[in-house]
Amino acid sequence: MMIGLSHYLIVSAILFSIGLVGVLRRRNLLMLFFATEVMLNAVNIAFAAISHYYNDLTGQMFAFFIIAIAASEVAVGLGILIVLYKKYGSLDLDDLASMRG
Amino acid sequence: MENLVYIALFAPFIGSLFAALFGMSERKIFVGIVGSLFIGLSFVASATLAFNLYTTGTVVHVTMMDWINAGDLNIPFGFVVDQISVTMMTVVTLVSTVVHIYAIGYMDHDKSFNRFFSYLSAFVFSMMILVMSDNFAGLFIGWEGVGVCSWLLVGFWYHKPDQTREENPSISPSWAANEAFIMNRIADLGMLIGIFILYWNTGSLQYDEVFAQLPYLGETVLVTAAIALFIGAMGKSAQFPLHTWLTDAMEGPTPVSALIHAATMVTAGVFLVIRSNPLYSMEEVAGVSFFIASLGTFVAFYAASMALVERDLKRIIAYSTLSQLGYMFAAAGLGAYWIALFHLAAHAFFKALLFLGGGNVMHAMHDELDLFKMGALRKKMRGTWIYMTIASVALAGLPPLAGFWSKDAIIETAFNEHTYILWAMLVITAGMTAFYSFRQVFLSFHGEDRHTPLGFHPHEMYKFVLVAMSPLAVLAVITGWFMGSYKAFIYKIGETVQYEMSDHTHHLATYLGLIVIFFAISGIAYAYYKYARTGENAWQRSEKVENGFFYKLLANQYYVPKFYEEFITKPYMMISEKFWTQVDLKIVDATVDNIAKFLYGSGDKTRSMQTGNLSNYLNWMAVGAVLLLVIAAISAMIG
Repeated sequence: MMIGLSHYLIVSAILFSIGLVGVLRRRNLLMLFFATEVMLNAVNIAFAAISHYYNDLTGQMFAFFIIAIAASEVAVGLGILIVLYKKYGSLDLDDLASMRG
Repeated sequence: MENLVYIALFAPFIGSLFAALFGMSERKIFVGIVGSLFIGLSFVASATLAFNLYTTGTVVHVTMMDWINAGDLNIPFGFVVDQISVTMMTVVTLVSTVVHIYAIGYMDHDKSFNRFFSYLSAFVFSMMILVMSDNFAGLFIGWEGVGVCSWLLVGFWYHKPDQTREENPSISPSWAANEAFIMNRIADLGMLIGIFILYWNTGSLQYDEVFAQLPYLGETVLVTAAIALFIGAMGKSAQFPLHTWLTDAMEGPTPVSALIHAATMVTAGVFLVIRSNPLYSMEEVAGVSFFIASLGTFVAFYAASMALVERDLKRIIAYSTLSQLGYMFAAAGLGAYWIALFHLAAHAFFKALLFLGGGNVMHAMHDELDLFKMGALRKKMRGTWIYMTIASVALAGLPPLAGFWSKDAIIETAFNEHTYILWAMLVITAGMTAFYSFRQVFLSFHGEDRHTPLGFHPHEMYKFVLVAMSPLAVLAVITGWFMGSYKAFIYKIGETVQYEMSDHTHHLATYLGLIVIFFAISGIAYAYYKYARTGENAWQRSEKVENGFFYKLLANQYYVPKFYEEFITKPYMMISEKFWTQVDLKIVDATVDNIAKFLYGSGDKTRSMQTGNLSNYLNWMAVGAVLLLVIAAISAMIG
């Protein structure tokens, strides 16, 4: 069986859904970060696959961009997480509800 | 020359700003003095311009700057000093100078002294813009400025409550100010429409350009424009039926009344008609002009009749203004524009003198204006008595004083135009004028002393005030002697202002003059017989006369104010109240309130979303994203 575009897209969709469920269900901030990374990489797969399919390098370039931005985002995000942990002693979202309206 | 024009125009403005600096502080004499000096400066500049124009005959036309430049509309901020405007400028600034000096004495005890001078100078400045502008837009700006300043000044004692007086229904200064302002607003709409029509059809607002194009306009356009402009003039010059504000405006301080009546306000309407003389002398608008003349004659008679029985000193003078404005419109309507302008100038002098003299009496009598409570004041107020007598003789129209020449010329004009009914009415009015002006003099200065028993101790005005009034007295006497040279002066402006009596009238002129003099003298004699005698012949109030039908009709001003009250003010009030409770509260307000309630409610309900838990927010975000996706999908399927 040939592995075609649709297979890649299905993998991408599955990964995205896993990431989304993670974002919605997880309570730990660190886990939320992981989940967003999963979602971003799901999109990367889709970009790369479609780019190859259309023989257009723009999609792959975009994937690179996303990887770079994700890396910097993680760097900043982890810094914030450490500060938060030092301040509250926990990364559980249920404990971090100081913005209640 | 250009600089003189700017000095004449802006000196009052600077004076006003200067006084405004001290507006909130207590009375400072130098504010009044500086204000008077600036107006005086303006007068000197105007007089120099007038002299220059008289000797060289060159019209000064300056354009200060571009003012409005939009599309085809181009209105420069320009001023013209020609024979018409220079007459107005000189008269306005001269009278204003005297009034300013007078006000220093008159407003002596008022705590808003500085504020008063600020308004007074601004009033003069507005009038100067009005008369000097070389286009209708500038005229309109001055027109409105005069309206605002009159509102400020008539309502100057805004804190005074309504006071019901025996001879006068309840009127407070603020009410009178509002009445004047609103009535003028009605008329201003007419004037605006007139200006629009002219602009629409000629594409310009400059006087010379508009007037140059008049012959090419259709009859309907000309007639509508003439009518609309005259409606504006009717409001400012208080012609029937927009006249009631003028007498009520007497609630303002007396210097203001003098200014309004002699120089800066009511003459604006006459000025507008004279300025637009090329329009009003068109053959197509002869009907409108004749209407103006008829209305003027009617108002002259109508106002004089009300003055016959009035008890309030200032109101009598106000009616006489109304009556004299009627004369001016009669002359302007009959085409004798220069005679109207001449009468305007002569009238300004003696009317200002009359008002300032009346102010002296009012000052002496502690704001009491009821003639029935005066009498024999001449012993205590000799200077004022002399001034008032001179002014009244001038108003009554006895030679050789100013009023005779100008008024007689107007009456002669009516004869010359074969409008004998107007002529007869004007002659009778001249008799009535003589009667009521001397009735007022005799009741206040002659006859039995009625004020001492009532506890009044009148005293003469300050010396400097009396001295300041003397130029007006001199002018009230001599102005008429220069009629001939004035005629030569103003004839240079063009054919439309020129007016000559026919030979036939010329032969009869002496007799016509004698008829007028006869009526005037018999009016004075009757007034003397009735009011001036003392002892057992002294005048007594009589119940029988005062309850008579005509007396009541006149004393109530033909019930016109009553009519306005019943048929305009009250229904308007009722409608307003209905609209307020039914439309405003129930529809407009309710709509606004409901929108606010909806927003409050929805905010209150959705507040629970704001838990502070990031996880919940992310869930909501996901719901939103899904929702948007669904909408996008649906619209893609439909589209």
